[in-house]
Amino acid sequence: MKIVVAIKQVPARDSQLRIAGTGKWIEESDLSYEINEPDAYALEAGLQLKEKHGGEVVALCAGPARAAQTIREALAKGADRAIHVEEDVGALDPLAGARLLAAAVRGESPDLVLTGLQSDDMGYGQTGVILAELLGLPHATIIMEVEVRDGSARVKRELEDGWFQHVEMPLPALLAIQSGISKLRYATLMGIKRAKTKPIRRVTAADLAMAPQSACIALDRLYLPERTKHTQLFEGNPKQAAAQLVEKLKFEARVI
Amino acid sequence: MSVLAVLEQRGGAWNRASFETLAAAQQIARELNATAMAAVLGDAIDPLAGELAGKELAQVYAVEHELLKNYTPDAFTIALRQLVESAKPTLVLFPHTYQVRDFLPKLATSLGTVAVSDVVSHRVEGATLVLVRQLFQGKVNADVRFCDGAPHFASLQAGAYRADRLAAAAGSPAPIEKVTPQLSPADIRTRPLELFRESERAVDLGAAEMIVSVGRGIQEADNIPLVEKLAKALGAELAASRPICDAGWLPMERQVGSSGQTVAPKLYMAIGISGAIQHLVGMKGSRVVVAVNKDANAPIFEMADYGIVGDLFQVVPELIAAIEKSKGS
Repeated sequence: MKIVVAIKQVPARDSQLRIAGTGKWIEESDLSYEINEPDAYALEAGLQLKEKHGGEVVALCAGPARAAQTIREALAKGADRAIHVEEDVGALDPLAGARLLAAAVRGESPDLVLTGLQSDDMGYGQTGVILAELLGLPHATIIMEVEVRDGSARVKRELEDGWFQHVEMPLPALLAIQSGISKLRYATLMGIKRAKTKPIRRVTAADLAMAPQSACIALDRLYLPERTKHTQLFEGNPKQAAAQLVEKLKFEARVI
Repeated sequence: MSVLAVLEQRGGAWNRASFETLAAAQQIARELNATAMAAVLGDAIDPLAGELAGKELAQVYAVEHELLKNYTPDAFTIALRQLVESAKPTLVLFPHTYQVRDFLPKLATSLGTVAVSDVVSHRVEGATLVLVRQLFQGKVNADVRFCDGAPHFASLQAGAYRADRLAAAAGSPAPIEKVTPQLSPADIRTRPLELFRESERAVDLGAAEMIVSVGRGIQEADNIPLVEKLAKALGAELAASRPICDAGWLPMERQVGSSGQTVAPKLYMAIGISGAIQHLVGMKGSRVVVAVNKDANAPIFEMADYGIVGDLFQVVPELIAAIEKSKGS
């Protein structure tokens, strides 16, 4: 079985973000980056399926040169090879990003395409579903379990309010994997060593002969959210802060 | 110009975010000098369409087909594309539910456009609609504008608009148009099976007066008893954000957020929770919110009435001591 897993590199979770001078994006120069955590779960799901059914896992990533680090980590964890669409996708809308991924993966004819649920940067939560539509694949999202049998998949979908549903579909298909469904593996030393020799196919939008598309939506301005609530912050040593807080909860908010 | 709200139901019961979207559609339509319309999809939806007709709307569409009884992305996309092509709305609004996330990007792509998902607010500048969404896990806001032709699509975050602002029909009820989409079983590639729940909920966090909730900041399972002790000192229920329940450190039934329970206690104390949007939608109805977090920029502080920026492992023991002292006095 050939499994393509789409992964994205995003600013590390604890990053202190600043708005760039243009007001249209964030200041990237002093950031560190990591794999988008929801995508790490998609990669894990792909690696587990390969361990069960055989075949190969292909990591697919669109991003600038620095994304090579995230790709190498995916290879070190067990992906067999990678496709790096070397383009800055930071502020692209989800359709433009998915078009790049679709063009890069089209010749691969995978049995299964896996994505995370959303990115921790833009957070549109759309790339997987758009990719399915562009590739003409059936899809399902928020997937907790995947069973593959005789050219079809049976998946467990999460619905709201504690409900679940099984859905069956023929392969090839695209699944957007729920985060947290399994424990993420670490790369082994052997894996890190092997990753260095695994093939990475690098392509650009020009290589993919992408027709220019005009944007459908525009990010006009980025800004830090204004506090809607006035938060009383207690500082100083923990003992004093705790005492002040309890005092307020008791005599001002009157909730304890 | 018209604004169409596409509402969600399952088995004849509304998704609770539906009327928030309907109220938003009325408000945006007023601001854009447009008419507001609503659509509901399914099988045997007459009572729901009738309920919508009682709201201030120019038109209600009842999109009915037996293949819409059980949700599939293929059937919903085809039916909605046909509706949008015939009703020609300028703007189509959806609640940002799990189901909408599953089909809206497909619908927009099939029409060659992009939906703006998870919108938290809007404003109208001249005749232009500006939508606000959150990026980077709520750390940054962005103004987003459509720059292609209509129809435009957007989904609205739960709780972003108020259902109690919904206007009833002033005079006669809104006309209902029954729409039967062209759908055949061959169009549908996925087969949805029965819905099920894993276990009955033993803990009803929704009824709790006080909740102490724990997040990633707790670092490991062995540290959970520290927060448990704080909950006990307060007489509060213990709850958690999703990563804690995913890791199995607390049972799923104690999870607060869009995939867990929605709570509205008089006191919500968030310990080591950064405040991802998915968590905030589950607790933003709380009367008093307290946050303890080492990151002063964590989005949870946007919600908090009181906060301590600091190491929870130092702060929580002091809080327990202060609470016990205050109760003893």
